Amino acid sequence: MELFQYPYMQRALIAALVIGLAAPALGIYLVQRRLALIGDGIGHVALTGVGAGLLLNRSPVLVAVIVASLGAVAVELVRSRGRTSGDLALALLFYGGIAGGVMLVGLSDSTPSNLLAYLFGSLVTISPPDLVTIVVLGAVILVLMVALRPALFAVSHDEEYARVSGLPVRALNMLIAITTAVTVTIAMRAVGVLLISALMVVPVAAAQQVARGFRATMTAAMALGLFAAGSGVWVAATANTAPGASVVLMAIASFLVVALGGAAWRAVRRHRVPAAAPAPEPHEVVLESS
Amino acid sequence: MNAPVIAVQHAAVGYDARTVLRDVSLTVTAGEVVAVLGANGSGKSTLIRAVLGLVPLSAGSVTLFGRPLRRFRQWERIGYVPQRLGAGGGVPATVREVVASGRLARRGILRPPGAADRAAVDGALRAVGLADRADDAVATLSGGQQQRALIARALAGHPELLVLDEPTAGVDATSQEAFAGALREFVDGGGTVLLVAHELGPLRPLIDRAVVVHAGEICHDGPVPEPAGHHAEPDHDHVHPHCPDEPVGLWSN
Repeated sequence: MELFQYPYMQRALIAALVIGLAAPALGIYLVQRRLALIGDGIGHVALTGVGAGLLLNRSPVLVAVIVASLGAVAVELVRSRGRTSGDLALALLFYGGIAGGVMLVGLSDSTPSNLLAYLFGSLVTISPPDLVTIVVLGAVILVLMVALRPALFAVSHDEEYARVSGLPVRALNMLIAITTAVTVTIAMRAVGVLLISALMVVPVAAAQQVARGFRATMTAAMALGLFAAGSGVWVAATANTAPGASVVLMAIASFLVVALGGAAWRAVRRHRVPAAAPAPEPHEVVLESS
Repeated sequence: MNAPVIAVQHAAVGYDARTVLRDVSLTVTAGEVVAVLGANGSGKSTLIRAVLGLVPLSAGSVTLFGRPLRRFRQWERIGYVPQRLGAGGGVPATVREVVASGRLARRGILRPPGAADRAAVDGALRAVGLADRADDAVATLSGGQQQRALIARALAGHPELLVLDEPTAGVDATSQEAFAGALREFVDGGGTVLLVAHELGPLRPLIDRAVVVHAGEICHDGPVPEPAGHHAEPDHDHVHPHCPDEPVGLWSN
């Protein structure tokens, strides 16, 4: 525990907790619109931004925010057009992103270990200005995702209904796209571009095993994200493991515990309360698709 | 009282190269209950989706409450009930959360829900007989109950016009009755209804006027056509053509 006396460990812990809270708050909307892996793709694109930043001697995180946002907007445009070639366009963008990143980092003066820091995260090298960026952007993401929950829920749940409700659907979709890019970029320093999606998706996947409502799922996912981040950093500090990987493994472990626990609880409840046989469902013959 | 709520003039819709609707004109006045009937693929769902601006018109115009669709902003006056609830990505939502989305058109996206919103959601849940399921996950409901949740969502916004896309397709008898009851209450309160149906069932007594769409055109606009012969039997599976020159059969479009 005495490791947390060092400022760099304190910064690592604070950054991980902020990201652990913010990533699932955004991720729930991505999961709901079946875009669970979009964070992964945007992470690939962000890497080009990192490379460009290193090459130009600008803040890699800042350039990555810009490049990833452009990528996210492009993905959203492809998605909203609903073209069948959409996934091919995404593939081009993602692999172009990672190849561009690797090439640009190689062209810059930085060492290969610098690339690894962005691929897999490097919590302990977070500087005080980095921490300020992470905390401020994380807070903005959190406030937006919680305050706009009814509207974002409506858009993610039933986009056509949201349009007929007069909601600014395009603006809300763009907001989610850009927020994804920002989350990916601030989480990049903590868990790395290759593991970001896990923090957005795994706590949500765990929470939805046991929750009945959207709000409950969101709250539980944020609590699980916070727990995974805190315990992951603690494991990394005590066992001297890679922090990013430790955080993600803690998230996956909590998913397994929640999923198994939820299944066991349901089994016990069924056993104890031999509830009245459920009324037989009428056949739902749906013959039409006009 | 008889101002047109919906006015469609010479509307045409095409997806890619295929024409789905050609030269369709339809007027619905306040307080009317109009059913759009037609076989599968006749374009009846496309017609109401075009009315709501969900599919673009390639020709003609749509006017809602006297305003051209492009400049129409008073969406709180319309309640839309889609054919079914999308499966989504598996994130659970309670019935109350789904129904509460119906308040957004009135409330806007920035204001948090207040007492009036909660009262409206409770009232809509009672109207469709789902008050006791309000806190259950919507995915645990039967198809008919989900459909009732969708009408509750539309009713929660206290609309003047309800637009329903196949509200009773594949819905069990209990839900159909609950559905018809909720709709009757809405109509008695002075509401206007435009609904697409393949079969009217218990909704039939509510309908003032039927519009039959066939091959992208309106071929009947007037009283509800009487089912005849074995078509009139309650358990008849309604797949016959609605217009004389329409090919018979479920799979023919």
